[in-house]
Amino acid sequence: MFSVFIQPRHPVLKKRDDFEDVLEERRRSSDLRYALRCYTPTLYKGLVPCKASMLKSIVLQSDHLQYVIKQVSSESGDSAECVAEEASLILDEMAHRLQLSTIRFFAFTLSKAFKRLFRSVCVNEEGIQRLQQAVQEHPVVLLPSHRSYMDFLMMSYLLYMCDLPLPVIAAGMDFMSMKFVGEMLRMSGAFFIRRSFGGDKLYWAVFSEYVKTMLRNGYAPVEFFLEGTRSRTCKSLTPKMGLLNIVMEPFFKGELFDVNLVPVSISYERILEESLYARELLGVPKPKESTSGLLKARRVLSEDYGSMHVYFGHPVSLRSLAEGKINRSQYNLLPRYIPQKPRVDTHEFLNDAAFRLVRIQEENMVLKPWVLIATLLLQNPDGLELSFLTEQTDWLRHLALAFGAFLDWPNHEACSEVVSCSLALHRHLLSVSAGHVQLNVTDAPQDETTPEEAVFHRAVVVLSCASYRNQILHVFLRPALLAVAMQSANSNRKDDVYNCFNFLRNMFSNEFILCPGDSVQDFEEACYLLMKRGVLQVLEHEIVMSASGHSTLAFLCSVLDPFLQGYQVVCRCLCEETNENLTEKEFIPAVRSFALKLILAGRLKCCEALSSDLQKNALAALLRLKAVRKVKVGDQVTLKVNKIAVNSLEDTLGKSNVNQNSWCSSMAMLK
Amino acid sequence: MPLSHYTPCSHSKKYIAEQDRAGARFNKELTYSVRWGTVEFSRSLSLRQEIMKWNGWGYSDSRFLFNKKGQAEFTGKRYRLSGLILPSLKDWFEGTFGANLQHRSPATPSLNLSAVAPPNLNQPFVEDLKAAGLAVSHDPEDRVFRAHGHCLHEVFALREGRIGRVPDMVVWPSCHSDVEKIVELACKHNVCLIPYGGGTSVSSALECPREETRSIVSLDTSQMSRILWIDEKNLTAHVEAGIIGQDLERQLNERGYCTGHEPDSMEFSSLGGWVATRASGMKKNIYGNIEDLVVHIKMVTPRGVIEKSCLGPRMSTGPDIHHFILGSEGTLGVVTEVTLKIRPIPEYQKYGSVVFPNFQQGVACLREVARQRCAPASIRLMDNEQFQFGEFCFSLILLNFFLLKNFCFKGFDPQHLCVATLLFEGDRGKVLQHEKQVYDIAAKFGGLAAGEDNGQRGYMLTFVIAYLRDLGMDYYVIGESFETSVPWDRVLDLCRNVKERIVRECKERGVQCPPLSTSRVTQTYDAGACVYFYFAFNYRGLSDPVHVYEQVEHAAREEILANGGSLSHHHGVGKLRKEWMKESVSGVGLGMLKSVKEYVDPQNIFGNRNLL
Repeated sequence: MFSVFIQPRHPVLKKRDDFEDVLEERRRSSDLRYALRCYTPTLYKGLVPCKASMLKSIVLQSDHLQYVIKQVSSESGDSAECVAEEASLILDEMAHRLQLSTIRFFAFTLSKAFKRLFRSVCVNEEGIQRLQQAVQEHPVVLLPSHRSYMDFLMMSYLLYMCDLPLPVIAAGMDFMSMKFVGEMLRMSGAFFIRRSFGGDKLYWAVFSEYVKTMLRNGYAPVEFFLEGTRSRTCKSLTPKMGLLNIVMEPFFKGELFDVNLVPVSISYERILEESLYARELLGVPKPKESTSGLLKARRVLSEDYGSMHVYFGHPVSLRSLAEGKINRSQYNLLPRYIPQKPRVDTHEFLNDAAFRLVRIQEENMVLKPWVLIATLLLQNPDGLELSFLTEQTDWLRHLALAFGAFLDWPNHEACSEVVSCSLALHRHLLSVSAGHVQLNVTDAPQDETTPEEAVFHRAVVVLSCASYRNQILHVFLRPALLAVAMQSANSNRKDDVYNCFNFLRNMFSNEFILCPGDSVQDFEEACYLLMKRGVLQVLEHEIVMSASGHSTLAFLCSVLDPFLQGYQVVCRCLCEETNENLTEKEFIPAVRSFALKLILAGRLKCCEALSSDLQKNALAALLRLKAVRKVKVGDQVTLKVNKIAVNSLEDTLGKSNVNQNSWCSSMAMLK
Repeated sequence: MPLSHYTPCSHSKKYIAEQDRAGARFNKELTYSVRWGTVEFSRSLSLRQEIMKWNGWGYSDSRFLFNKKGQAEFTGKRYRLSGLILPSLKDWFEGTFGANLQHRSPATPSLNLSAVAPPNLNQPFVEDLKAAGLAVSHDPEDRVFRAHGHCLHEVFALREGRIGRVPDMVVWPSCHSDVEKIVELACKHNVCLIPYGGGTSVSSALECPREETRSIVSLDTSQMSRILWIDEKNLTAHVEAGIIGQDLERQLNERGYCTGHEPDSMEFSSLGGWVATRASGMKKNIYGNIEDLVVHIKMVTPRGVIEKSCLGPRMSTGPDIHHFILGSEGTLGVVTEVTLKIRPIPEYQKYGSVVFPNFQQGVACLREVARQRCAPASIRLMDNEQFQFGEFCFSLILLNFFLLKNFCFKGFDPQHLCVATLLFEGDRGKVLQHEKQVYDIAAKFGGLAAGEDNGQRGYMLTFVIAYLRDLGMDYYVIGESFETSVPWDRVLDLCRNVKERIVRECKERGVQCPPLSTSRVTQTYDAGACVYFYFAFNYRGLSDPVHVYEQVEHAAREEILANGGSLSHHHGVGKLRKEWMKESVSGVGLGMLKSVKEYVDPQNIFGNRNLL
């Protein structure tokens, strides 16, 4: 029950629960009756959830908020009543108004919708049971992954279905602007927070007190997304600490004996927002959330989105997590209602915990066969023979399993059957003709399209496809970093390889989930996995490739290839940028047009360099490595590029990328 | 007894009969004697040994047992509860601990003298003592009796007949100058001295350090028990530090006075011990804790005698040297004489009790009482588990059946309600006024008055609860209490977290049945409260129960510290809680204490190794 994180040194041995399709029952019995059934959730200490108005007054009367109100009032010169009024307004804007009737409405409509959208919605029964237990013991924080708007609707739907208390959910303010729907979500338990309120003390106080009050009193599980926002790339995003700190503080300060943190992994065979995301990454701005937009989205109802998996992970006891890492007596000397910035060690702990929780989410994410196929198709832009693709998929499947992937592979079905099923579901992304499978990248739809539009069109398909490949990256990431490090290291000496590994890991730590400080463990894990696979021999001071290891290493290298190329493009762009005062805002368009030029000139094949996500991550890495500095000039933030440093980073990346064609050549050899 | 230095007193076995209880409330004298039989402990060197258990709490003739019918009874004649049959204790006991009267774990009946290692005597020192005419003994029973306090592990070992390192001899000074002589000789011959007062320590303070290679001498202060003078003009009494609490109180009562210092151990603990541990009394709200009561202290150290030059009520002469002595736990010297404040015996005493719907409300009420600074002489709040225990075993509330029904009627849930016991003292008019004030506050927090008898019984329990542990130990149940002090706003969180931590730690360590884990607020201050935890479990199936117990208590203390509680409110540090001293008082603080020790006792003559 109280699983402490154990480093997945042997991820392969990980035992996972079985799934059950919750839609099956829905297809058999009345949705209406289901929506109206008696709902009697198991409660924490038998507490009945308190009314929204009650909650509001508890928050407003809290010592913490009263303290901050006085503080803000004395700083700003406004009267305390005035500030209190403001706090009350903030709270009105924020607060949820959970109503069972709305939930029942959703239970009905979502049952209908889910049945049309998905073939099945699979949930791990044991996870639900564990959650039922956890809810009664200590206040619960639900931490789902975030890939789609569906996520929190699905979470509430499932919890209602399993007679679990309905969560209150931290949602972005952008939903609020959707008329009616915003209010519906509010009544189904969402509370709304502004996307940025950096310096606003009062807002922070209201917000944190609101969350803490709900948690402390155990009225309802608190649900939020560690990643902060939907991941447009289907890679897990670097976790945000703000809310995590808020939900942990009541434990640190002794107000709660423990908090159960429950990571939930939600995976989709086909994501509803698939091409929307790709367009967004390419610079078409995200459509403002609006009700009419949602209605237009009804079109999506007519399509097949395959199956969906929800895996409730083991509850993680915050107490055992913090054991020996947090000295709670640090909170003894200040009254607890006075807000306190987390100390350095607390901050480190938060960071560490957040990364580990996201890794648990990753590990429990169900992967469909299509993810493997997408990986292969992306590596072979010219397409593959169907039979060869099947063969390769099977090979990759075994590799992925050996690395501990949570693969949902149909039992007792021929590989060719599985592959063709997957291809059928994702047919809009590819073309199959005469036994040749290819990503849908070459057929120009109309003759009048400009070359730019053609590139753009191709990029949409590539990025859509990449969003599937990205789901499995966490499985291959560490071995792939090692594979690239081996290629680029000057020798086979272990420390040389490790240095290269560490460099790459450092370079990509904004791109992938790599726990800070886990470098050595990651390296050892990679060595272990590749050694077990017979790809490498790890000797005392050397790492040697086995004779049979070439194809695996080549595959792993090309997994990282788009990222290596993309980062190089960003570096090149910054080096060649003549504008001394490049602002932060201009950065993405600049890199995008730079990459577009390279592609049009035929000097760059990799469309992923166009992804704004990659570009942002690369910039963050350069900032972190101090190759680029932010300078504030007026209201603008400009980027000061240290060209020598960026150049040298690009060179080092380029060295890692020398064998970028080796995979293709090895494929040719295999053929 | 091998000693030739004393003649056993003829009246040593004569106990003064218990006072009649009737009308004691209005009885101006002997306010304390209603609770225990009176014995003058200093009448002979080993009287205490003769009338007290060698391997358990209190008097030999007073103990709980289950009779043939399976009913619990309390033997002896000393207490009000003595001779009482407690029919429901068995059910409570079996239900709470999953214990079974068929499963007994009896103690070794008598001390196996051969288990006691032969004394390591420093012969020249012994010669010099004898030459100086001091009473000494190296009889094994005398030595074993002074080798322990009342920590669970100490008593458990005795019951199993396991004897560890014990003092090599005992010396009985009879006055201040005797102590000076002993300390001087100890320095001369380099022997280790461990002062011994009442032996009620619960911090491993009396345990002989294993690493000590010198001869260890237990310095028993029991013969220094006279009240040297009483100053009625200044209301002070000058008393020898070996006097036992109940003797001091009785003798003062005979003169119309009292100190008002009533720690739960006052039947057996000594004045010197109170000073050395910073003791706290039940009625501190009126009389103050020991540090508020002392006017003057005389202590013999290896450097000489430390004392102030006058009896001024307060001084600004640098840091108060009394505070080096108070809480020094026998590491610096022997407290020989103390001048204490005394008060006339209060005219009127009245018990009371209030039932609250839950613990939160109870704590909120106590907080309000403290805020208004109107705390009665004593106010204590038991949590629901203790309330149930009291109700079950001693019909605390059940007697008032109608009362209970009344509570249930008013929406009180027996699974949540808790009870506060009160004791008012003073002149009659003021007590009644005071009482009303407190009950009015209680009413604001949903508290209902539950009668005087219940309050009185609650206080009575305090003195017999220690006997209950021995009963538990006869049936595979071990337990202990420990305390802390904590700011008001953290009282509830601390109680909840520590209780839960205890339950969880027990579970993790293989304790089969959920433990009894309860708390109570026993003292109120302006800025916080003193909280007691009682914790016990059934240890059947555990190979090393004491170790499990110690681990759980350790975890509970960690939890206390993490929740803003102190290392100790009044039990002291001893050797049991030494590891947290640095964390508690900072490195510099510990360094200051160490440098005082270094100056006062460079040879580490007072080598009990407590505190530092």
